[in-house]
Amino acid sequence: MALDYQTSREFVTVRIAGQLCGALVSEIREVFAPQAITAVPLARPEIAGLLNLRGRIVTVVDARIRLGLPPRDPEAPCMSLGLERGAELFGVLVDEVGEVLRLGQDTFEPVPAHLDPRWRSLLSGVHRLETELLAILDMDRLIAADMAMAA
Amino acid sequence: MDELIGEFLAETAESLDTIDVELVKFESDPTDRATLDNIFRLLHTIKGTCGFLGLSRLEAVAHAGETLLGKFRDGTLVADSAAVTLVLQSLDRIKLVLAGLEETGNEPAGDDSALIAELEALAMGEAAAPAPAPEPEPEPEPLIAEADGPYDADLGRPLRPGEVSLADLEAAFLATEGPELAGTVLEEETETETGIEADDEPAFGAPAVPARSASGPSAPAGAADGDAARSDGVRAQSTIRVNVDVLETLMTTVSELVLARNQLHQIVRENEDSALKGPLQRLSSVTAELQDGVMKTRMQPVGDAWRKLPRIVRDTQQDLGKKIRLIMDGEDTELDRQVLELIKDPLTHMVRNSADHGIEIPAARLAAGKPETGTIRLSAYHEGGAIIIKITDDGAGLDPDKLRAKALEKGLATADELATMSEQQIQRFIFAAGFSTAAKVTNLSGRGVGMDVVRTNIEQIGGSIDLASEKGKGTSFAIKIPLTLAIVSALIVKAGDARFALPQLAVRELVRAGEGSAHSIESLNGARMIRLRNRLLPVVSLNTVLGLPETSSDASHGYVVVIEAAGRKLGVVVDDVLDTEEIVVKPLSAQLRGIQVYSGATLLGDGSVIIILDPNGLSQQLAHSSEETQAADEMAVSAVDPSRQRLLLVRAGEDDVKAVPVSLITRLEEFDGSSIEVVDARHVVQYRGRLLPLAHASGVDVFKRDGRQAVLVFSEEDRSAGVAVDEILDVVEETLDLQMGSERPGVIGSAIIKGRATEVLDIAWHMERAWSGSPQRPARAGRHPILLVEPDAFARRMMAPLLAAAGYDVTVVSGLREARDAAQMGAQYAALVGDPAALDTLASEGHWADVPRLGVSERAHGMHSEGMLAVMRPADRGGLIAALDRAARTGETRAA
Repeated sequence: MALDYQTSREFVTVRIAGQLCGALVSEIREVFAPQAITAVPLARPEIAGLLNLRGRIVTVVDARIRLGLPPRDPEAPCMSLGLERGAELFGVLVDEVGEVLRLGQDTFEPVPAHLDPRWRSLLSGVHRLETELLAILDMDRLIAADMAMAA
Repeated sequence: MDELIGEFLAETAESLDTIDVELVKFESDPTDRATLDNIFRLLHTIKGTCGFLGLSRLEAVAHAGETLLGKFRDGTLVADSAAVTLVLQSLDRIKLVLAGLEETGNEPAGDDSALIAELEALAMGEAAAPAPAPEPEPEPEPLIAEADGPYDADLGRPLRPGEVSLADLEAAFLATEGPELAGTVLEEETETETGIEADDEPAFGAPAVPARSASGPSAPAGAADGDAARSDGVRAQSTIRVNVDVLETLMTTVSELVLARNQLHQIVRENEDSALKGPLQRLSSVTAELQDGVMKTRMQPVGDAWRKLPRIVRDTQQDLGKKIRLIMDGEDTELDRQVLELIKDPLTHMVRNSADHGIEIPAARLAAGKPETGTIRLSAYHEGGAIIIKITDDGAGLDPDKLRAKALEKGLATADELATMSEQQIQRFIFAAGFSTAAKVTNLSGRGVGMDVVRTNIEQIGGSIDLASEKGKGTSFAIKIPLTLAIVSALIVKAGDARFALPQLAVRELVRAGEGSAHSIESLNGARMIRLRNRLLPVVSLNTVLGLPETSSDASHGYVVVIEAAGRKLGVVVDDVLDTEEIVVKPLSAQLRGIQVYSGATLLGDGSVIIILDPNGLSQQLAHSSEETQAADEMAVSAVDPSRQRLLLVRAGEDDVKAVPVSLITRLEEFDGSSIEVVDARHVVQYRGRLLPLAHASGVDVFKRDGRQAVLVFSEEDRSAGVAVDEILDVVEETLDLQMGSERPGVIGSAIIKGRATEVLDIAWHMERAWSGSPQRPARAGRHPILLVEPDAFARRMMAPLLAAAGYDVTVVSGLREARDAAQMGAQYAALVGDPAALDTLASEGHWADVPRLGVSERAHGMHSEGMLAVMRPADRGGLIAALDRAARTGETRAA
């Protein structure tokens, strides 16, 4: 069944601690393999650090920690979604980057009410895929500065 | 928006600012023809442009103002305060309309007839006769009893009454002597000094705002003026308007270029015989030039931030009935545009404060013996890589009592804390949030949110603010800000494996701390410090601040970077110091901006990201201010076992080890044997620009001919002497318990030090020898007997050995009774030392009335009584001995 171009949207899929998540392609500037992250002492735990991307400084946020998931194995590979917000660059660390999917409104569900507060504030919805659920990440909230942790 | 309108808005805004300043100047000297002509010309230009662009409302208001000014010019009207105020009001109205124009692209609707009526009424010398707004119709104004103006080709209509044709005006302008550019000589001097061309005149050629006081003497007409006017014309043509965004982009691009160049440097450095070296050198110098050039484009004279101030001061004068003179000095001093923007508001606020709360009303000033007119002086100059801006007023100054009361009220300090604070510290309270002692908060300077915001703004850009004030005399603020924010010199340091950058501007010195060096990191109840030139400097470990694991450096050795921030000095312990680099400051993202100790990040030549530390943030990490720490330190020093002293062990002459109390030594030096000369039978060496007399601690004045001669330097007031020793062995801390006195000159006695009997040198005797040069001179007849009256046990135990080691024969009593007994037995002393109250009591009882008294007390201030030479603090051992020496000398002439 052909998807209606108007109402469907494209998502880049990523895997974070086994969970399949997606982000709107329009919000993502690029995907890159993070190199040489400089740690920032005193920063919040979800800030993995800073890195140099073609001469620009990128603030790197670890999605796992942001979502309250266990930290990844230091040896394990990871990828980063690059975003631009105003004049600042951000990178969101994920375990793997998958394919781009075009999904329509028919598979979309609002965020389940019984989800824990943290996830509830970071997701903008869920898409029902054939074999699993795709959690749609609200990237703005993910990298937001004043992250009020819900009690 | 229409491009024409956009340009018009920019140009007119500048003109209006200039007119503001000129009007204030003119008001204080209505005979200043040149200034008036300038104002007139500017307003006329504005009016003309408005007419051309079809901005009728603006044109009307401008015309009315111009008419009034015309009357001043003819001399038919005297420019009094009321008249000038009215013109200023018309300018304000124009600004209002311009603001509306900027927003919507069209003139906002509004009625100016009342204002215009007033202007015209004044111009015509009538009292508020209503006149309709002049219409741009080719009909003569019926109300005005003047002949119709001739038809003017430029305008396409007859001239209105009071209007002068453009052609006439041009002719008049060219014929008139222009305003003298104040200190034209001064300007040129500044230019050659800084080597920067002040090329930023606005395109339409308004002359530079002179560095003149608002009430200063008006520009004397002279041949120089004609030249100035002409050179203005030339200058005007050599400037160009550039959009600020273009400059920003240019700046960023050049910064990237600098970074890329640094990266190349890195690579070439590793590759010894790279063919790139030559071209890279050229690239380097070209990049540096480009960098300089772009920086210059960002430089603006600080006078731009001061433009609005004369008007503000004038308004304050009118509103509050005060007389204030504003002097501006060094307005050509240039600084980065970005920095300028950020300090505009703080400066305005501070000047407002001075005018509002600082300068008193004329009556009060006269009563205080001050001139009626108060002065606010603004000055700016370059120093190092920073610009210093000072705001000084000769007003009422800060009242420490009021400040204390306010501080108590706001709960910023307890009464006890306040009592121990210096006046400087109390004054700094004005930087606390919500602090305002203004009894009446006028709408001019607002509520006391001011100064803390000012300080925050200034510190955010890496600057600092300090103040000095004296009640009744005035207040002075000094702001120091870096010249540019974008590219700074930074010291790269290491904490653990991570590297960080510290702005060079804040770094004062670098000290190696640890065993084997002159400084070691000492600790008192967790608070760490090092000794630096006889003072204690608080230090903080970078690892600790960052929450990183402590390294061996933190414990006892490492590098200590001494920085100064917010007026405080502190040392930062780091594991390693790498080199200094020029870095481009990149802001941190919002997520990290809140971290106090960081001020940005940068990319190093090797591509790695490192964080830039904020000296102000680091300084705030320290719990105490340095003064408090000092007080704490001094208490700490005496809290340490009081009778223990640090002794320097040396070898001098014989094989035995001798000891000298460290607290008496000013400095340890080593001189090359060949530099010791003999003058007039005395041995001297050139030291710090003076001759230092030498004596040998062994008593025999034989010094090394070659090799290094170790010398202990002792300074007392204005004299210094050096006592040479053969070898400096060690520094120990021991209880100095003089066991046996000695009759041998040069030796006070023996004590058990490190388990061995050691002679303690009589430094005073050796110094005398050095000064007098004659080794045969006998020791002073005996040693001066002094009486130490000290009820406090540990103070006694601390002072007695110290005084003995300094060469005095000390009799110690613990109270008045024993002292009185001694007096009754006829004991005589050269000086009395100890508890001030006890000494005073003895004197009042008549004991040793003529003998000089030297008090020793923690609270060293305000306790002088007649006959008491001074009150010293117990921790100030050197000072104590020096004062005692002086006292004993005077006592010598009196005592038996």
